[in-house]
Amino acid sequence: MQFAPADIQAILLSAKVGVVATLVALPLGFLAAWLLAFGRFRGKLLLELLFNLPLTLPPVVVGYLLLLLLGSQGLLGRALDTLGITIIFTWKAAVIASVVVGFPLLVRSIRLAMEGIDLQLVQAARSLGAGPLDIILTVILPLSRRGIMAGSSLFFARSLGEFGATIIIAGNMPGVTQTLPLAIYDYASSPRGEGTALLLCVVSVVLSLAVLMLHETILQHKKGG
Amino acid sequence: MELKLQLCKQQGRFQLALELAISGDRIGIFGPSGSGKSTLVSCLAGLNRPDSGRILLDGKPVFDSTARINLAPEKRRIALVFQQHGLFPHLNVRKNLLYGYQRCPVAERRIELAEVAEVLEITDLMGQMPETLSGGQSQRVALGRAILASPRLLLMDEPLSALDDDLRYRIIPYLKLVSERFRIPFVFISHSLLEMRLMAEQVAVLEKGTLTAVMTPEELARQRMGISPSGYINLLELGAPQERQRLLAFPWAGGELLLSGGATAEPGMFELSSKDIILCKRHPDAISARNLLPCTVRNLFETGNKIGVELDCKGGTLVAEIVPDAARELAVTVGSTIWAAIKASAFRRL
Repeated sequence: MQFAPADIQAILLSAKVGVVATLVALPLGFLAAWLLAFGRFRGKLLLELLFNLPLTLPPVVVGYLLLLLLGSQGLLGRALDTLGITIIFTWKAAVIASVVVGFPLLVRSIRLAMEGIDLQLVQAARSLGAGPLDIILTVILPLSRRGIMAGSSLFFARSLGEFGATIIIAGNMPGVTQTLPLAIYDYASSPRGEGTALLLCVVSVVLSLAVLMLHETILQHKKGG
Repeated sequence: MELKLQLCKQQGRFQLALELAISGDRIGIFGPSGSGKSTLVSCLAGLNRPDSGRILLDGKPVFDSTARINLAPEKRRIALVFQQHGLFPHLNVRKNLLYGYQRCPVAERRIELAEVAEVLEITDLMGQMPETLSGGQSQRVALGRAILASPRLLLMDEPLSALDDDLRYRIIPYLKLVSERFRIPFVFISHSLLEMRLMAEQVAVLEKGTLTAVMTPEELARQRMGISPSGYINLLELGAPQERQRLLAFPWAGGELLLSGGATAEPGMFELSSKDIILCKRHPDAISARNLLPCTVRNLFETGNKIGVELDCKGGTLVAEIVPDAARELAVTVGSTIWAAIKASAFRRL
């Protein structure tokens, strides 16, 4: 038994979506975590709920809401259409689905790391002449780096497994938008596909284990000092 | 330096309402916990915005609610030294020291790293990470970091509270030395009377969010003698001692003081509580106290339910405390002669 070219493409696309989604989500997640950890503003609770919503909503619901937003009749979709940008049913839609669904995990991990930073360090930095951006770059970022790394690995692992939202807004086109979980779904629901489905499951498990091991290593390192 | 402030800050149920004008290069803010010291520190540093009022440093406003001036902490050039050293754990000692220096405009940099490191004796620590430093080393590095930012004012918020007694009194000379050597005025916040006397020249006393007095630390110590558990602390600078009958004889005020209790044979600063001095009208026939000093009463003052007796012991000054009944029995009056008996174990090296 061996992989068909479309299977290899599904594996590679999953990795590509995971990497791009992580790179897109990281700065946004850092900013969101910073706002929640250090910000004092009205509507903070609402923002927190909004960021965490994808954690409790079924991914299919997230996908459907994204479809409404980014579809050709959606508020953002129409605006993007006029600029000649199409998101829906492309691999970029899979990236967006991964970003939205995995965002709470990333934010939570970075936020926890930020909340562990002694506020006195920030105060000391300010009294020594560092402005807000300077403090973010020289104090907060380096001191929350393990949270960033742990959050990123968890986010990447979640992205590899993303199914519900992706199938709604990216579709399931082999070689175009079919990621690893979607390919497994296809094989599992076709009469003679069990063998390949199992093989792809093994790939998925190996990839996830590798990422989770990295995540645990980062956390252990954190505990150790 | 001249510090003028008039401010109001409500924090939950606590209100800080102060009007203070104080000058000097070594200013103390004294008060028990809950008196508003920390709120005042954060308002001075710009970390907390007062509800109203103004703060002037050498006549220049750093905060003025009427004129809508509120300088950001990084623009005030008021460097903080905390109770916990607050060193950046991801930077080595050298990078910690240079943090404020690199952010100070080049034209305003007036203190160099090598000089500060030498004065604070931290030159050998440059490559070390903060987690490897002892409490005293960490606090010296924190002090150096603040100094190297060439601040207009050094704001020290209970900088010695986290250190044990031995270390505390070893750090004090460094604090004073850097202030004098680099000419940086400081505001020293503490709830310790002794620290106030060792550090400050003028003290603002806070209680329950208001200013109750501005006085010298000496006046404050005498005022608090009756209510302080340790009484009035006499500070004695003693010269090099000689061994005598298994005790150490330290030269003091033209005579000598005999000390025991593990005193090391080195000159230094010692403390002696006013509670540990016994006054006798006449020379006792025999007494266990090893120090018996003829004195003249220079001054008497009342504090709480105690009477403070300022003694002139051949030029050296000691303050003893007695209850009013004892004062009557001894018939102490200004100018009268009296004997002060002090146990050799009553002294403690600072």
